[in-house]
Amino acid sequence: MTATASPVDPGRRRGGAGRSRAGLAFVAAYTLLLVAFGAVPTCYAIWFAFTDAGGGFTGFANFVTTARDFRFADSVGHVALYLVCWLLSLVVFVVGLALMLHRLSSGPVSRTLRFLYYIPGALAGAASVLVWLFMLDPTVSPVSALLGALGFDTFGQVIAPGNLPVLFTAIAFWTGAGGWIVVMYGALDNIPQDVMEAARIDGAGAWQTAWHVQIPMLRKWIVYMVILAFAGGAQLFVEPQLLSLASVGVAGRDYSLNQLTYDFAFQLNNVNGAAAVSMELLVVSLSAAGLFVARSGFFDAD
Amino acid sequence: MSVDKRRPVLLAACAAALAMTVAACGSGAPAKAGGALTVWVDATRVAAAKQYQALHPEVKLDIVSYDGDANGSNYLQTKVQLFNRTGKGWPDVVFSSQNNEATWAVDAGFAAPLDKGLVPADTLAGFAKGANDVCTVDGTLYCLRNDLSQAVLWYNEPLMKQFGYTVPKTWEEYQKLGEKVAAEHPGYLVGDAGDSYTPEIYLWASKCEANHITGPKAVTVNTGGEGCTRMAALMDGLIKNRSMSVSGVFSTDFGKNQAAKVLLMPGPAWYGGAVFRDTLKTAPKTIGVAPIPQWQGDTAPATGNVGGGTWLLSKHSAHQKAATDFLTWVTTDNAYQGEKAPGFPAYAPAAENWLKAQAAAGYLVGDLGALKDASSQVWPGWGSGQFSQESVWAATVKPGLTQGQSIASLLPAWQDSIVKHAESFGYKVSS
Repeated sequence: MTATASPVDPGRRRGGAGRSRAGLAFVAAYTLLLVAFGAVPTCYAIWFAFTDAGGGFTGFANFVTTARDFRFADSVGHVALYLVCWLLSLVVFVVGLALMLHRLSSGPVSRTLRFLYYIPGALAGAASVLVWLFMLDPTVSPVSALLGALGFDTFGQVIAPGNLPVLFTAIAFWTGAGGWIVVMYGALDNIPQDVMEAARIDGAGAWQTAWHVQIPMLRKWIVYMVILAFAGGAQLFVEPQLLSLASVGVAGRDYSLNQLTYDFAFQLNNVNGAAAVSMELLVVSLSAAGLFVARSGFFDAD
Repeated sequence: MSVDKRRPVLLAACAAALAMTVAACGSGAPAKAGGALTVWVDATRVAAAKQYQALHPEVKLDIVSYDGDANGSNYLQTKVQLFNRTGKGWPDVVFSSQNNEATWAVDAGFAAPLDKGLVPADTLAGFAKGANDVCTVDGTLYCLRNDLSQAVLWYNEPLMKQFGYTVPKTWEEYQKLGEKVAAEHPGYLVGDAGDSYTPEIYLWASKCEANHITGPKAVTVNTGGEGCTRMAALMDGLIKNRSMSVSGVFSTDFGKNQAAKVLLMPGPAWYGGAVFRDTLKTAPKTIGVAPIPQWQGDTAPATGNVGGGTWLLSKHSAHQKAATDFLTWVTTDNAYQGEKAPGFPAYAPAAENWLKAQAAAGYLVGDLGALKDASSQVWPGWGSGQFSQESVWAATVKPGLTQGQSIASLLPAWQDSIVKHAESFGYKVSS
């Protein structure tokens, strides 16, 4: 048997090795940053959560102290209510809008709408909230007539405590949902044409196609969205903090758990307590993500 | 998709981690002598620092503008905690619009004692009676008061004349006038109850013992006392007949709808410039100043106080002499306090000059003596604790007021909230 030439071109092999090294360099840089600004601070926070100001081990004392704080239960309730409003609205409206957008096919209307949906998400979070502070003040709002029709004549009436979950949901949806609509649109585009064609031949209308074909095939994307939205929602901070400043405290500077964490750290000088609450949020978010992944078969091969 | 925008879960820990990392590299020693004097001021006090710089070109001054802890932002406290960890970065002198800075700044080891050799006793003696009480912790002075914010009764003189009313001297007369205004000139106002500092204007002046700081970590809270209930009833009546607004003077709807409707307005000394001239754009020669009303039968006059800034000097400063010179100049010198300062100076000789300057400027009408008299009539039964009374009122009482509940019905909830906040700061609460 004679030796045969390698089927791989040496030049291409060198190119492949170069790309591989470049890939490794990118991964290494990312890993380094992840360790420096993700893993190390997390470990440091864990250490803080189980120690006192002098560095002595305290077991769960910081968790007990913060849980007994008179604001803790209220903050948990506020965040839980907000999460229900936020996740429900996100799933229903994002999926619904993406399906409607997809029905418009890929014409100029669809492209324009996708661009418009994406704009609010491109604004920084704090800037988005500031836009909303302007919108919610009946005296200066461009939609003051609508606010007036709803019975709101002053900013104080709009930001009444009972309205806050809805307001924060609206702000978060406006800020974050557009990007998800674009993602869902992309996922809908990836549904094989023959599957859609088969549904059409079988006599499925728009609603049946959406319910029985498209939504099931979007399942993993929806789960992915819910996991990230849950983590982001549990960390509610910017919206209530800015609203609190704008309303000179009426909205409360301890509305969410993250605001409470901030207060523990920088008002009560209890960094260890703040770290304990942060750990609780981390555990809850990770547990929720694990539950969603396990129940949805997120990592199952298709 | 906006997860990153709302991800301060580990903010405190990350900040602390970074701070500790820097601390490990730093020496922990104060900045070397010979550098610039770092002065932190709010936007309003930038002019004061610049004026000092112009008059003292030999001093290297690094003027840093920050929010002055306005609305209880706690910016200074947050930064000092981080500086304490890193061992450097403290400003040499800092202005704060909050009166309770000394309560934490002493604990945090930031504020330098001023009456132990830094500021002469005869200079300190020139401050108005009680002006520096908020700066005194365990008998030692840790800051100097910039201005006083004693409450007085502001009134629209042409309107009062036009309506044929006289300025009320007692709260009972004030209440009757409010009722007359509601009946005869609906829409006009005798005050507002919509600001977070409303209790400091009305309830403090009524000797309501909601915030009696009795020791470094002790407070008496009794919102059920007569001082609180009688003023709550008065305000509820006027809110009900709409002669008292539930919108604050700085809210956009007040400026738009009610700016021209203010007949009377109890408020602090700084209302003349900041509210009537700058915010409500009231015409010159319109607003007069009268003493805050008193309850019939009360033997000694009492009024409340809303803010009034303080200046602190850092214990870590490597330029203590220069810092003390700046501190003394900015709080006592006529060049700024007597002539340029927007608020009523806490330093009495400068206050005399300031009143003359105000009279000469000609915006306010009539005798301004009520401002001077009120400066020594602030009721001492209300203090400046570490917890914010304004935040408690804003979060506990104001939403209820907006929704039509009475102040009287909210007094128990107010009491409960004050007690909880005070206890969370380690205060021993009695009632």
